[in-house]
Parts: sequence; structure tokens; C-alpha cells
Amino acid sequence: MISFPKWKSVLVVLVSLLGIVYTAPNFLSKATLDKLPDWVPSQQINLGLDLQGGSHLLLQVDTADVREKMILSLKEAVRTSLRSADPRIGYRNLKTTRTGVSFSLRKPEDREAARKALSSLSVLMPNGKFSNIINISDDGKVATVTPSEQAIKDRISAVVDQSIEIVGRRVNETGVNEPTIQRQGTDRILVQLPGLGDPQRIVDLLGQTAQMTFHLVDISAGAARGKAPAGSKILPSLNEEGRTYVVKNRVMVSGENLEDAQATFQQGQPVVSIRFNGLGGKQFGKVTAENVGKPFAIVLDGRVVSAPRINEPILGGAAIISGGFNVQGAQDLALLLRAGALPAPLKILEQRSVGPDLGADSIAAGKLAGLIGLLGVAVFMVVTYGFFGLVANIALVMNMFLIGALLSVLGATLTLPGIAGIILTIGMAVDANVLIFERIREEVHNGKSPVNAIESGFNRAFTTIVDANVTTGIAAVILFVMGTGAIKGFAVTLGIGIICSMFTAIMLSRMIITIWALRSRPKTLNV
Amino acid sequence: MKLKLIPSDTKIPFLKYRFMTFGASALLILLSVFMFFGPGLNKGIDFEGGIMIEVGFEKAPDLADMRSALGGLGLGSVSLQTFGASDDILIRVQRQDGDNEAQKVAVDTVKARLQADYGDSVSYRRIEFVGPTVSGELVKTAVEAVLVSVFAILIYIWLRFEWHYSIGAIAALVHDVILTIGMFAITGLEFNVASVAAILTIVGYSINDTVVVYDRIRENFRRYKKMDVSDLLNLSINETLSRTVITSLTTLLALIALFVFGGEVIRGFAAAMIFGVVVGTYSSIFVAAPILLQMGLKHYNEADDAFKPTGDDAYENES
Repeated sequence: MISFPKWKSVLVVLVSLLGIVYTAPNFLSKATLDKLPDWVPSQQINLGLDLQGGSHLLLQVDTADVREKMILSLKEAVRTSLRSADPRIGYRNLKTTRTGVSFSLRKPEDREAARKALSSLSVLMPNGKFSNIINISDDGKVATVTPSEQAIKDRISAVVDQSIEIVGRRVNETGVNEPTIQRQGTDRILVQLPGLGDPQRIVDLLGQTAQMTFHLVDISAGAARGKAPAGSKILPSLNEEGRTYVVKNRVMVSGENLEDAQATFQQGQPVVSIRFNGLGGKQFGKVTAENVGKPFAIVLDGRVVSAPRINEPILGGAAIISGGFNVQGAQDLALLLRAGALPAPLKILEQRSVGPDLGADSIAAGKLAGLIGLLGVAVFMVVTYGFFGLVANIALVMNMFLIGALLSVLGATLTLPGIAGIILTIGMAVDANVLIFERIREEVHNGKSPVNAIESGFNRAFTTIVDANVTTGIAAVILFVMGTGAIKGFAVTLGIGIICSMFTAIMLSRMIITIWALRSRPKTLNV
Repeated sequence: MKLKLIPSDTKIPFLKYRFMTFGASALLILLSVFMFFGPGLNKGIDFEGGIMIEVGFEKAPDLADMRSALGGLGLGSVSLQTFGASDDILIRVQRQDGDNEAQKVAVDTVKARLQADYGDSVSYRRIEFVGPTVSGELVKTAVEAVLVSVFAILIYIWLRFEWHYSIGAIAALVHDVILTIGMFAITGLEFNVASVAAILTIVGYSINDTVVVYDRIRENFRRYKKMDVSDLLNLSINETLSRTVITSLTTLLALIALFVFGGEVIRGFAAAMIFGVVVGTYSSIFVAAPILLQMGLKHYNEADDAFKPTGDDAYENES
């Protein structure tokens, strides 16, 4: 005999009510929600950047640069170790290769001594391997020090962590609302900037490493003719097109020692005032005291900002950088110096920005399409199945509430493809009910009594519904696992839609129809 | 009286026409493959790399003027089209040679030119650029996703039914995917990440439709132990025909609403889905079921798990 257990009815009604309660906050404004007491659900659906407007930037840390710098500093370490050994170890041809550092010993008998001197460079890492692999041939002619893959990986990982922090500081300094900055994969950083439709300034800021160094200008005769003597290099000017400077290689003071930087004005010109920390202040004071009257170059990422003449020793640790800035330029430089230099350059792999207008248009279009789709399907169902169609429509609307509630509670992000997923669900959700009703039609046609037809209709359609939905579910899960960004959003709504439609078709509409059949005891079934 | 789109007692001899429909499908598949390898897909920036900028103007700009202005920037091929409204222009710039940095420079160049020509009246509705690294990965992931899902569904059907059904369902699935890709190649509709999502959804939909027919075939095998296989398949298709058509229609209703009212950005996705639903419905009737006969599906021994009577069948026997 057909029946629907009490406890099941309670469960269905409860789930339906929760669906409505948890969807409700989405119809209220933020202000209203803030006034409600704490225990009332107030979670709204997160809108993706494509709906609320905003930018998505995928950055990649230049790992080749990290590797290069690592090998370069290893070369210096090898040089120091060999020189400071006692007795000093003779070597020649110390150079970097693609994978590490190579040199040859002057005397093959120094082999063991060299090995010992270099052993301090190679530390045991947590994975039980050494950070650098030292190889010296028997005749001492070919010696190599190669960083292990794990050591390089660790270094890259540390550089990425540090970059994320610097990116975060730079982005926060610009005053963007609620940015999220996350690591993606081994060497990528995902920056999401809600509400920012044109991220030009941030793209520019992140495109610079902002490595600032102070060098003496080469004032030798050779340099005056525009040639770079040994120990010097030619650098272009930052703001003056075509102008170059000959600058000594040696870094006198580094930007790492800056404590603060602010954009300000001097004689009506935008400038950046900087303040060094204790160490930097001391170094700066010493250099300026020893080189009064000589030009001193301020270099940013390989370009000379300016090279003013040192008029007097600067001992207080504070200085002014001028260099033909406009206001924005001075502000950006101050920001970059405050946030610190990136340990390696960042490349922009992907940028997707949506203006707030387009986002709002998309939401409006999605709502309209959803409502019209819903209406079309609802009318069709009533025309085709009459009262049963009405039940299917109640299930369909409930289905929408459940999807809304789950999206709100899970804190899932709704994207434009996600809206498409929901609208698709409107069409497909009635499928389970169609399967059931068609089955009931058949059973009636085969001469079963109405109540029996209803019962076996639901029972027989059940396996089909499960099989059919599991296969669609497989597609949704795979989309979720393998997809990125907006596609994930589509997979989430599709998957949630499948679960909710199964619940509403199998439980909710069954409950309504069973209760109706038990009350009215229909003699004939007009499906 | 209710609307009955499909009468209760249809006896359409679908299987009789199977060589015609197989032929038609084979022809369409050949055409799709030819179009795919010949003219190819109109790949969007997701897969090709490059730049896409959607710009809103205060009043409709002259496209020819803008085309020559932007074409003269030395960025290679630049294409312009109105996007939904005449004052909304979609600018596409081919992928720039060189690294990811070159793409950013090109975005700046286009924006500077628009600024110079149209001043502050332009609003950027959307700026997207995809570098070569990412577009390569997107292609790889897309192909993997389709293959993995087809494989996973194959396994599921195999477990729930048996291998004939598995092969038949996959044949229908591959048929639908190839035709949908062919549709993209023939219409020149932009092929992007959303298109892949559409294809995967079509995979899900098509298999859903096929499974409903297969379920009925399995049930009828249990019920009519002596019926000729070809008659049995035909009966099963006819019995599920009403459901197949009605579900396709409701899905199409929702998709058409999405296509017409859902906005320009989502239109390509909706178009692909509409095509996929039509093809998926066709294939579950004309490909998935008839192919079972071609593979020599027979009445199976009772030992086969999938063909044991279920509780529901037992109830049937009692009454």
C-alpha cells in the first residue's frame, strides 16, 4: 500500500524550510542583514569577479632568475671558501655554468683540502640529501659544485613565499578592497582584486622588482667618452629618454636598508624622501662623507633615477630622491620602496578584468533568462501533466531555493557560467519528475489502479533516475577537479543542481503526491 | 485534457531505418572531422593566447575608422565586432610574438590609442589577455577533462550494465562530441573554455538520455524473455520516447531563454548546448540503441547480475 512515513515528511519539510531560510539573505540588502540578530542566517552567495567586476591576475615567479642568482651567489661562496682556507687553495677558471659552479685546482694535491674547505657550503637537508653536490676529479682539473634539485626547489619555494608577501604589501598599499593573494602550483601567484575593472596601475607596480641600489658614478676619462671601464657599466636613465650614465658596479648602499619612503614636494617638484635604518644610515653617511663633490647614482631595476652631486656628508640617514617624477611616479616609487623589492621578477601569465557595469549586466541578463526559462518550463509542465505538473513545479521552485541555500552556506562562488549551470538545471531538474510521471502514465495505461500506478511509477523510475544523474554527476565532478576559475563555478552549480533535483523529485514531489492520493483516493488518474 | 506530445502507443520502427541513420551520422562525422582538420576551429584567446578587450562607447563609433587606427599599431591581426549593442565593441588582438610581457605592452598600446582617439568616453568592460604558457595548459587540461570523463562514464555503465551497453553509450557520446566540435568548426563560433564546459555538459546530458533508454532495454530483457531482440529494442525506444522528447523540450526551453536573454558573453555557450541537446537526443534514439543490435546483443543468461530480477520486478510477478 502506498504510504509516506511521518519521519520522512518531517525531514522533507525541514530541509525545504532550511532551504528557504538560508536563501532568504540573498534577497535582503547588506544594511538590513547587519540589523538582524546573530542567529539569523546572513550568509550571501559570493559573486565571482566576472559578476561583481574585478580583476584576476596570474603571475609567475621567474624561476630561471632564481636559479641564476643562486648559482651566482654560490660562486662567491666558493671563492671565499677557497681563499680563506689555511693554507690558501690556489684555483683558476672559477665560473658559473648552466647547472652550477666550476673551477680547476692549481695543484691536484689540494683536492682533499678543497673538499674540506667547501664542505661547509653543503649542508644536510631534512630529506637526508646534501644541498650542494661537490665533485673534484682526481687530477683536480675539473671541479664542480652543483646545487641539488631539492635545494633549488626549496629556494624557489622560499622566493615564491617572499614574493607573495611583497605582492600583498604592494597591493594593500594601493588601497584596493579585499584583495586575495594565493599561491598556485609551485611558482605561481594568483591575485584577485574585486571591484577593480582596470588594474593597469597594479599591473605596472607588480611588473617591477624595485631593486634599489646606490652606486658611485664613474668619472674616469674612459667613462667620459661613453665607454665602460672594467668594474663599471652603462645604465640608461629612468625618466630621460636616451640619456645614459656610467656607473661603478659596486653597490655602496642597498635599498634593503630603507626604513621608510614617502612622496613629497621639494621646490614644487614631486620627490621621494627616504629614511635608512641604522645600518643603512651608517653606510650612507660613510659613503657621502668620503665622496663629497662627486655624483652619486640612485639605480632602480637597472635604470638610473638620478645622479645628484654630493654636496655635504648626509649623516642623519634621511635623503631626498629627485628625478623628474610626476606626482604619480613619485607616489609609486615611494610605495614600491616601502613594500620592498621582489626577490625575483614576476611575469604576468594571464589577466582577466571585468568592469562593474558588465558584471551587473550579466547578473541582470542571468536573472531575466532564469525567470523566463523557469516560467516556460513551468507552463509546459502544467500543460503536459496538469496537477502533477504543478507538483513538479513546486519541486522545481524548491530546487532553486535549495541550490541558493547550498551556494550560500558553502560559501561557493557564483560565476557567469555558474548562472548558466543553474538555468540548465531548470530544464534538466524536471527530468526526474518527467521520468516518474511517464512511468505512472504507462502503468495507468497497463490497467493499474491509480494508487498502484503512482507507487510503481515512483519505484520503477528510481533506478533510472539514479543512473541518469550519476553519469551527469561524473561530468560535473571532473569539471570541478580539472577546471579552473569560472569553469569550477559552473561545475559547482551543476553538481549542486543534480543533488537538489534528485531530492526534490524523489522526496518532495513523492510526498505531495502520496498525501494527495491518500486524501482524495482518485478513481481515475488524469496524468 | 493534457497535452500529449507523443501518443502512448507509438510503434515507430526506429531500427528499420538504422542504416539510413548510421549513414547520416557517418556522413556528419566525416564532415566534422574534415572541417576540424581543414578550416579548423575559431579558437578564442583561452586556447590561442592573445588579447580581448570589450569597450563601451558613449555613442556607436565608426568601426572602419577604428579598424584602420588599431590595425596600424603594428600588433598584427586586430579584429573588431559589435558585441550585443552598437556602442559595445569587442577588440581582439592576435597573440604577440615574444613572451608574456609582450601581451601586456600590446594591451597598453591599444588603450593608449583608444584614449587618444576617443578621450575619456571609453569604458573598459572587459580586458583579458592570456599568455602562451597558460593557453597551452588550457588546451591540455580541456582534452584531458573530456577524455577522463568519457572513460569514467564508460566504467560506470560497464559496472551497472554490461559491456555492450558501455560501448554503445560511448559510441553515442563520441558521436555527439565530434558533431558538436564540427558545429563549432562549421559555424565559426568562438571555441573557448566555456565551449569545453558545454561539451562536457553535453557528455553528461547525452549519457543521461542514453541511460534512460538502456535502463528500459534491460528491464524489457528481463520481462520479455522470448521477444526478438530487434523488436525488443524498438519497443524500449518507443516506450521511452515521450520522456526523451519532453525532457529535451524542457531543457531546450531553458537553454533558449539563456540564448535569447542571457547576454552576449554566455550566448556561445547556450548555442553549443542547444545543438548538443538536439544531437544527444537524436543519438540516444538512433545511435545508442541500434548499435546494441549491431554488436549482437542477445538475451543473456540468468547468471548475469545485471539481469537478475529486482525487487520491483518481483512485485510485478505477484500482482
